[in-house]
Amino acid sequence: MISIRKVSKHYGSFQVLTDCSTDVQKGEVIVVCGPSGSGKSTLIKCVNGLEPFQQGEILVNGISVGDPKTNLSKLRAHVGMVFQNFELFPHMSVTDNLAIAQIKVLGRGREEAVDRGLKLLDRVGLLAQADKFPGQLSGGQQQRVAIARALAMDPICMLFDEPTSALDPEMVNEVLDVMVGLALGGMTMMVVTHEMGFARRVAHRVIFMDQGRIVEDAPKEAFFGTPRSERAQQFLSKILHH
Amino acid sequence: MSYHWNWSVFLAQVPSGGTTYLGWMLSGLATTLALSLSAWLIALAVGSLMGVLRTVPGRWLSGIAALYVELFRNIPLLVQLFIWYFVLPEILPTGIGNAYKAINPMLQQFTAAMICLGLFTGARVCEQVRSGIDSLPRGQKYAGLALGFSLPQTYRHVLLPMAFRIIVPPLTSEFLNIFKNSAVASTIGLLELAAEGRQLVDYTAQPYESFIAVTLTFMMLNALVMVLMHRVEGRTRVPGYIGGGS
Repeated sequence: MISIRKVSKHYGSFQVLTDCSTDVQKGEVIVVCGPSGSGKSTLIKCVNGLEPFQQGEILVNGISVGDPKTNLSKLRAHVGMVFQNFELFPHMSVTDNLAIAQIKVLGRGREEAVDRGLKLLDRVGLLAQADKFPGQLSGGQQQRVAIARALAMDPICMLFDEPTSALDPEMVNEVLDVMVGLALGGMTMMVVTHEMGFARRVAHRVIFMDQGRIVEDAPKEAFFGTPRSERAQQFLSKILHH
Repeated sequence: MSYHWNWSVFLAQVPSGGTTYLGWMLSGLATTLALSLSAWLIALAVGSLMGVLRTVPGRWLSGIAALYVELFRNIPLLVQLFIWYFVLPEILPTGIGNAYKAINPMLQQFTAAMICLGLFTGARVCEQVRSGIDSLPRGQKYAGLALGFSLPQTYRHVLLPMAFRIIVPPLTSEFLNIFKNSAVASTIGLLELAAEGRQLVDYTAQPYESFIAVTLTFMMLNALVMVLMHRVEGRTRVPGYIGGGS
């Protein structure tokens, strides 16, 4: 589904990603973790071409992201993305947030788009908020709407960029519950997160990044059991022993 | 002070007949309104386009917009007006220049003043549109693109609706400025409100009445603009939204 081949990226002389390679199979849930500045958010933004990269290749469903001939908008329309700061459109109601891209990008009729949007809103438990504006919702609610908005596009896979990092602690679980539901439903997911509980529950593999490199890429049991790299061991001991 | 107040001067017939001095003032007001509103439309259109260009990736487009702003913001308005009215017709190809000079002089003055005011104010609107777009979180653009919007669609549906809401207050002051700046058109002979006021003084020797009337009319115009923009701000307010940035 997603194939990342020897991807490198630099801003001027600063190397952000070095030789990153991994594959995500259909239905697989991959958690990407690592200290801040390790390049994990940059890597996930490369997958749908929000960040350009200089070397290597990324294939999403067989389509090359870095190829200048690729219609990136078309590709992105089917790759859902959820951001750290939700990024709902503040001037639109929740319903319009859910419907607009379906209408303008997928060419669905308004009625069909609203219908689909509201079904997904119901699935994340927020049907009652359909007419509210994003600024009237809590962070956790906004993030659940953002997930529903991405799902409304019928994505072939979902990218999550630290979806719970900007949330108050008591709202983290309502968002994770939605994500767990998605994972158990068979969605292909690449999730940048520090929520190791989520990783233990639903991840198939865990990728650990440090200084722009993929240091460890292992099945979750192996990763949590016996991480090979010293850096990953340190990281795990720091975030798990609290 | 031995000034002889005479407010009824406005009702007196002008020497050429056919109208009163009040009629002159009203015709000046109409010209001021037409000039300011048409220039404002140009300013909004050009300023929005250039403001967007200043924020798009790619050096060429943003460079063109930056050049426009520097050029029109750094030359005094009066000098720009003289260039549009006196200089430009001479340096245009002879055919076009002559055709321009053949049209009704009042219309010549009006178009020169309209384009001049429009482009001058457009440069300022451009900077405000740019700052409005720049004040939005970077993630908004990402979110639009990630949903499959093209870059123009992202501007149209995501960035500009919020950017314009944010810049309503500074746009209001530009809108007010364009009415006030329109008075410079009197220097090339356009009979707008200020020019009619001066003409009334020349004919009647009643400067106080004349300029009190001009002043009050400008103040009323500006009060109207403020009320209008206040309504725009209220109508477009986003429920629950606290402010840009973050």
